[in-house]
Amino acid sequence: MSTVEDKKQTAQDWEPNIVGFACNWCTYAGADLAGLSRMQYPPNVKLIRVPCSGRTNPQFVLRAFQKGADAVLVAGCHPGDCHYSTGNYFTRRRYLLMQRLLEYMGIDPRRFQARWISGSEAPKFRDVVTQMSEEVKALGPNKKLREEL
Amino acid sequence: MKRIGVFVCHCGTNIANTVHCDQVAEVAKDFPGVVYSCDYKYMCAEPGQQLIQDAVREHNLDGYVVAACSPRMHEPTFRKCAERAGLNPYMIEQVNIREQCSWVHADKEKGTEKSIDLLRMAVAKARKNEPLSSSTIPVTKRALVIGAGIAGIQTAIDIADNGFQVTLLDREHSIGGRMAQVDKTFPTLDCSACILTPKMVEAAQHPNIEMVTYAEVTAVDGFVGNFDVTIRKKARYVDFDKCTGCGACQEKCPKKVSSEFEMGLGPRKAIYVPFPQAVPNKPVIDAEHCRYLLDGKCGVCKKICPTEAVDYEQKDEVIVERYGSIVVATGFDQFDISKYEEYGAGRYPDVITGLHLERLMNASGPTAGKIKRPSDGKVPEKIVFIKCVGSRDEAKGRPYCSKACCMYVAKHATLIKEKMPQSKSYIFYMDVRTGGKSYEEFYKRTQEQYDGQYIRGRVSKIFQVGDKLIVRGEDSLIGRPVEIEADLVVLAAGMEPRADAVALARTLGISYDQHGWYTEAHPKLQPIETHTAGIYLAGVCQGPKDIPESVAQASAAAVKATGLLSKGELTSEAMIAECNEAVCAGCGLCISVCPYKAIEKKKVSERVHGQMKERVVAVVNPGLCQGCGACTVNCPSSAMNINGFTNEQILAEVDALCQR
Repeated sequence: MSTVEDKKQTAQDWEPNIVGFACNWCTYAGADLAGLSRMQYPPNVKLIRVPCSGRTNPQFVLRAFQKGADAVLVAGCHPGDCHYSTGNYFTRRRYLLMQRLLEYMGIDPRRFQARWISGSEAPKFRDVVTQMSEEVKALGPNKKLREEL
Repeated sequence: MKRIGVFVCHCGTNIANTVHCDQVAEVAKDFPGVVYSCDYKYMCAEPGQQLIQDAVREHNLDGYVVAACSPRMHEPTFRKCAERAGLNPYMIEQVNIREQCSWVHADKEKGTEKSIDLLRMAVAKARKNEPLSSSTIPVTKRALVIGAGIAGIQTAIDIADNGFQVTLLDREHSIGGRMAQVDKTFPTLDCSACILTPKMVEAAQHPNIEMVTYAEVTAVDGFVGNFDVTIRKKARYVDFDKCTGCGACQEKCPKKVSSEFEMGLGPRKAIYVPFPQAVPNKPVIDAEHCRYLLDGKCGVCKKICPTEAVDYEQKDEVIVERYGSIVVATGFDQFDISKYEEYGAGRYPDVITGLHLERLMNASGPTAGKIKRPSDGKVPEKIVFIKCVGSRDEAKGRPYCSKACCMYVAKHATLIKEKMPQSKSYIFYMDVRTGGKSYEEFYKRTQEQYDGQYIRGRVSKIFQVGDKLIVRGEDSLIGRPVEIEADLVVLAAGMEPRADAVALARTLGISYDQHGWYTEAHPKLQPIETHTAGIYLAGVCQGPKDIPESVAQASAAAVKATGLLSKGELTSEAMIAECNEAVCAGCGLCISVCPYKAIEKKKVSERVHGQMKERVVAVVNPGLCQGCGACTVNCPSSAMNINGFTNEQILAEVDALCQR
């Protein structure tokens, strides 16, 4: 009985580890603005700054899942607003495909998100991060693709 | 193994309130590669920077990580600090534990935990950092202005006044552009030629301006600072060095052609200057219509020319010139009104456009300034204007507002009343948009003092009865049909991009929108620049504008171009793409995704089994690359990398974040 309770307790305490790739011009700036506005959100998403969401190689996403990330977020400027004019169009195409591939491999689509968050959309950044943290927390730790530790 | 230092900033209490900075610094000591770690109240302040510099020297650090605010805020500060400590500025990393940690997580334990994760990530990246340097490119101190309307002329004069050489190029044989066709200008009603021609002459006589007219750009190679532009100078069949511009040839030429400058309302000759104030004021022969050039008969101009300037043997000349920057000021075409069948444009000679009316009102125009109907030369009494023809009409593929029409219609109505007090103008409109200094007042005067009758509504049909044009429409304010027996109908035709605007955009490598207007680099903050470094926009080619706006943008483009030319050398970004030629297969996939055309193929030769072999690899032009990284992801062999954001660095960050 006590072991079951313990397990429940552990599941309650478990926090997902989410790797985020944020473009320097929009989403990273949006996250900074969320800070300046003192918005509060769960500390599960950690951002890796990239020049453009189109810089995020699918290999990085796979590596994150392999090394134990529970979810991955790729976020950049809205289509049409790319600092480098076309980068996020590649992101959009690439990650639609990627999400289907991951789903095929057994990874819940909620664990992999590509989002458009502009430099002024601090509330959206907070909401995306909060929602993702909550959803992934409910899903529990990712086991697919994961390297044996 | 690199020796990394870690500096954790408290930012006063901004970070320290919700993160145990001392703990973070303590934990960091165990990270691989870290040989020194400490925390301090303000790392960005002078004592903090001194602390960093002392630690770099004392512990012989190869690089360091500052855990503080956002790198968007203080990365330049800490890079400079590294330089002062004798390090390459790109050997450092800054990790964001303020905006993205302490300010957004109230729980101090969780905040500390996240800070440690983020710091581990940054250290992992810093261990893979390599010294970077930016390269320099020499700048050719000359500018090319394509298009010599009012925008191009203003740009050229401003650049030239700033002491740089400018080539002012136009495909027509006189400069002046659209403004030269206009009779008077709103809202002041000063005559267009009176304010334009002095500028044309100034441009022609400026010691720093080289005028190249009757010429077109056929190819552009190179990049910012050094564009190699191929220009085709069309044969004029007149030797400009010999020609005095006496005009005898024009008088005697037997071939009459409908004049493009007069919008087909008057004739010109096959050897001609387009208008009396043309600059240069020397004629050219129109090879399509010249009898001698067509079938070898005639030769009157050659016989009559007192200086033997006519030369039928002249050929097109192709030259290649190098320029540091290019300003595009190619203007617009008037919307082709024959697309509006219901208005009978093209069928009824008395349905004309605003530009036709400009010529009819102009003292040096085909009617010497008397407004006469093109069909029978009668003086019209009732004149109907229809606005938004080829503007704000999605059905015609022109959903945008052409911006100048509301004002030019008001101007026309005013001028007509002044010229012919017995006349009456009716103006059909959708909305009246007169934003601009003194514009609304002008519009009010047109209504109140010049008897312009504004009728809100679209015209559904125009048909001819006798010598009258019956204009049938609706007054949507009172909800009743209206019918006006007009003598003359003027369609306020909108602006559209030049027919060959897209072709020129492709030659220049600049982008354009769905209509063909050239796209600025940023709609708000970079309205002059294009996405191609060193190429700027002026005037209507970027989107509909009136004259003051075109002139303002022209001067702005001149400043941008001058700013570029005044630099002796351009410094390229350090964090740009680089190709590992040993791995590159030369497939060229990177070339197709590069938004800046910064990647080219080149041949390299190498010794394989004792034999010299050639193969193709990609090479990045540091002058053009902006470091977006699109090429890196497209590269199947991982030969492309972005310095400062290499695959290895990002993978190290991923690994560090996942390893908890």
